[in-house]
Amino acid sequence: MDLKEKLLSSFLVFEDKSDADNYLHEVRNDAIKTFEEKGFPTKKEEAWKYTSLNKVLKEDYSVFPKQENALDYSDIKKYFIHDIDTYKIVFIDGKYSSHLSQTTHEGIDVCLMSSALTKPKYRLIIENYFNKAATKDSLPSLNTAFSNEGAYIHIPKNKVVEKPIQIIHFSTGNESAILLQPRNLIVVEENSHVQIIERHQSLTDNPVLTNSVTEIFTKKRAIVDYYKVQNDNLNASLVDNTFIKQKQESIASVHTFTFGGKLTRNNLNFYQEGERIDSILKGVTIIGNKQHVDHNTLVHHIEPNCESHQDYKGIFGENATGVFNGKIIVEKEAQKTNAFQANNNILISDKATINTKPQLEIFADDVKCSHGCTIGQLDESAMFYMRSRGIPEKEAKALLMYAFSNNVLSSVKIPEIKQRITKIIANKLGVNIGFDL
Amino acid sequence: MSKYTEDDLREELKTKEYEYGFYTDIESETFPNGLNEDIVRAISKKKEEPQWMTDWRLEAFRVWKDMEEPEWANVNYKKPDFQGISYYSAPNSKPKYESLDEVDPELLATFEKLGISLDEQKKLSGVAMDVVVDSVSVATTFKKTLGEKGIIFMSISEAIKEHPELVKKYIGTIVPQKDNFYAALNSAVFSDGSFCYIPKGVRCPMELSTYFRINQAGTGQFERTLVIADEGSYVSYLEGCTAPSRDENQLHAAVVELIALDDAEIKYSTVQNWYPGNAEGKGGVYNFVTKRGLCEKNAKISWTQVETGSAVTWKYPSCVLKGDNSVGEFYSIAVTNNYQQADTGTKMIHLGKNTKSTIISKGISAGKSQNSYRGLVQINSRAENARNFSQCDSLLMGNECGAHTFPYIEAKNKSAKIEHEATTSKIGEDQIFYCNQRGIDTEKAIALIVNGFSKEVLNKLPMEFAVEAQKLLEISLEGSVG
Repeated sequence: MDLKEKLLSSFLVFEDKSDADNYLHEVRNDAIKTFEEKGFPTKKEEAWKYTSLNKVLKEDYSVFPKQENALDYSDIKKYFIHDIDTYKIVFIDGKYSSHLSQTTHEGIDVCLMSSALTKPKYRLIIENYFNKAATKDSLPSLNTAFSNEGAYIHIPKNKVVEKPIQIIHFSTGNESAILLQPRNLIVVEENSHVQIIERHQSLTDNPVLTNSVTEIFTKKRAIVDYYKVQNDNLNASLVDNTFIKQKQESIASVHTFTFGGKLTRNNLNFYQEGERIDSILKGVTIIGNKQHVDHNTLVHHIEPNCESHQDYKGIFGENATGVFNGKIIVEKEAQKTNAFQANNNILISDKATINTKPQLEIFADDVKCSHGCTIGQLDESAMFYMRSRGIPEKEAKALLMYAFSNNVLSSVKIPEIKQRITKIIANKLGVNIGFDL
Repeated sequence: MSKYTEDDLREELKTKEYEYGFYTDIESETFPNGLNEDIVRAISKKKEEPQWMTDWRLEAFRVWKDMEEPEWANVNYKKPDFQGISYYSAPNSKPKYESLDEVDPELLATFEKLGISLDEQKKLSGVAMDVVVDSVSVATTFKKTLGEKGIIFMSISEAIKEHPELVKKYIGTIVPQKDNFYAALNSAVFSDGSFCYIPKGVRCPMELSTYFRINQAGTGQFERTLVIADEGSYVSYLEGCTAPSRDENQLHAAVVELIALDDAEIKYSTVQNWYPGNAEGKGGVYNFVTKRGLCEKNAKISWTQVETGSAVTWKYPSCVLKGDNSVGEFYSIAVTNNYQQADTGTKMIHLGKNTKSTIISKGISAGKSQNSYRGLVQINSRAENARNFSQCDSLLMGNECGAHTFPYIEAKNKSAKIEHEATTSKIGEDQIFYCNQRGIDTEKAIALIVNGFSKEVLNKLPMEFAVEAQKLLEISLEGSVG
């Protein structure tokens, strides 16, 4: 039985058990129908031209974990940003772990999707926002059909959330292979500000496939900083679907740091539904060892006077494959749009591949749109400069690569994350970069 | 070049009868609509082709039958009915008009603006012509000079008969019959086209052009061009012409194959100005072209195109950089106005070491048109030190048109250096103001700015073409200023 059939039949069981109300029931049923029609995306689809899921889908994933697992905090402490105080929402094999988490209902809601979906108190928000940003593509639909657990964050008006929120998904390897489908909903009301850090971590070598959907709504003048740390082990694959709907004067930024994982696909979509919005998409990707990373971004400029800034840097070694597919659409009403996109790549191995496709679709005339894309090598004269001053080759290379990705790091607003990423990069490059930032 | 005397001319005028005789005896004959194996065979027979050519066409037809029309392009149009088209129409030797007075005055006005001579005007609009001594002599002197250098330049049907070994060796090697839907269709039914062979080490002394070839009028909708530049040779080839062609054929599916052997260089320039349909988007030509060139060692192929016509354009002149140190270039201006749609660009396939490619594409959209750049730069794993630079600039006029960029970049070699940049902008109000202030009216100012915008590409065109192309840009954008 292939995965699609398995999922379709599991859906029946899942729906039977769930105590969802009619509204949710309908949404899920529609979604599974969409998935049944479309199936898993194949390379024949333009958006998946360079990324094949075939290998990943071959595993016999269990859809519902059989038993609950507990983890000891000391074992997994290193996966947290633990040197600052944060709210934490932790999931183990898709199940909420209350003793590792730290949620709140005081002034803001930082809690669980499962309770938001079932408790009447949240009903209005669910009906207004749930599945309102996600597209009807096959993977988001599959997630919608099985949507059950994840993070639910609601920040009311005029609230600056002082502590960042960490969302961490662990998989323990208790199942031989597991499919996780977390579903997050984040609503940030007017003038509010929140910082969120998301991480997926597999603790064993058993294959994991995560098909995650995050919907973010930023209201007037709201600010959202979202950091995705993707440094999973080499048997874990991730399809991350993030949809952000912005209202006027809001600022949303998403930083994606990709170092690990077997196959990582980031579908990052911004919809600007108001004037003077700023959208920021940044990413650093450093991979090797048969890894595959695909950044698929969309910025949809619908209203006038908005901006978007994209900056993705990639370093690809060994047999790695990197894909960047960035799309900017400027509707004809969206005059005075400023949209920038940059994608810079370095290939450090002959077996590595880069496929990039920066795309512009522009229907308005009074706009400034540009995209730049480069593929190149480390600057030889810079290398020579450092070598001639006694810096060993490996360190010199690492320094250059670090400098290359620093543009993106400099806009990270939480210093602890910056430190952590610097460390991961140093680790990845096999050197000890002797300075802190 | 030997001196051309009156005796030569007399000789030529005598033989002239024969030259055209071939055309007169098949006066206006059209095949029934539709396409099947019999029609393909009949076309081949009509053109007195050898068996291998007939088989080649049939092979293409069989592949085509099972193919589907591509839908990936960013264009929207009513699919042509392939069984509703007649695939063979012999050139009509009867003139359409008796004198220039009968010709559409709008067309004449355009000729005037382009500065086309009266004789050429007549020819282009299909007016009966006296023997224009000058024109004939030009054509024949050309043939003579070329012949002395050993350059073969003739229609492809002639070439199939006279140089079968060359045609057989190269046709379909760059664009195989089954390459794509339209290439397959073209392979099965191509009506005529040009064939050009430049021998080893020869530098073609003049710009070869279909434009000057009197026999060439009405090559028809399925044109096939094959240009072979042997080792160390050079040729510059011009295709099309700036004058508007009021062609009745809705569908044009041409195939162009270029082969540049070691150290050879081919420069291929196109000016396309087919009927774009009226201001409401009715009518107009569908232009689906497959153009591709192969570069051997140290060879260079340079495509330059100015696309202003056609309702729908679907065209990607490409270079396969097979040999080490080979160079591919693509310079393009695509102008769309009213309801025109253009999806054009290039493919640069880097296979050899130290290969270089440059892409400069300028898109100008006005009215309600859609203009897309679609390009592929592919660096294969063995292409050490490959280098690419791409630049795609779009200029938008008014907010009802669209400009799109779809650049695909695939790199598999760590020594590759690729740069791609694209910008989209409109004509600055300050620029217009500056011109107005100095007494240049807005329409002229826009022409000026557009010319500046496309200069990089215009400069690549052969001189006489460049002047006309510049004017053509102006005319294409006429009335697009609100």
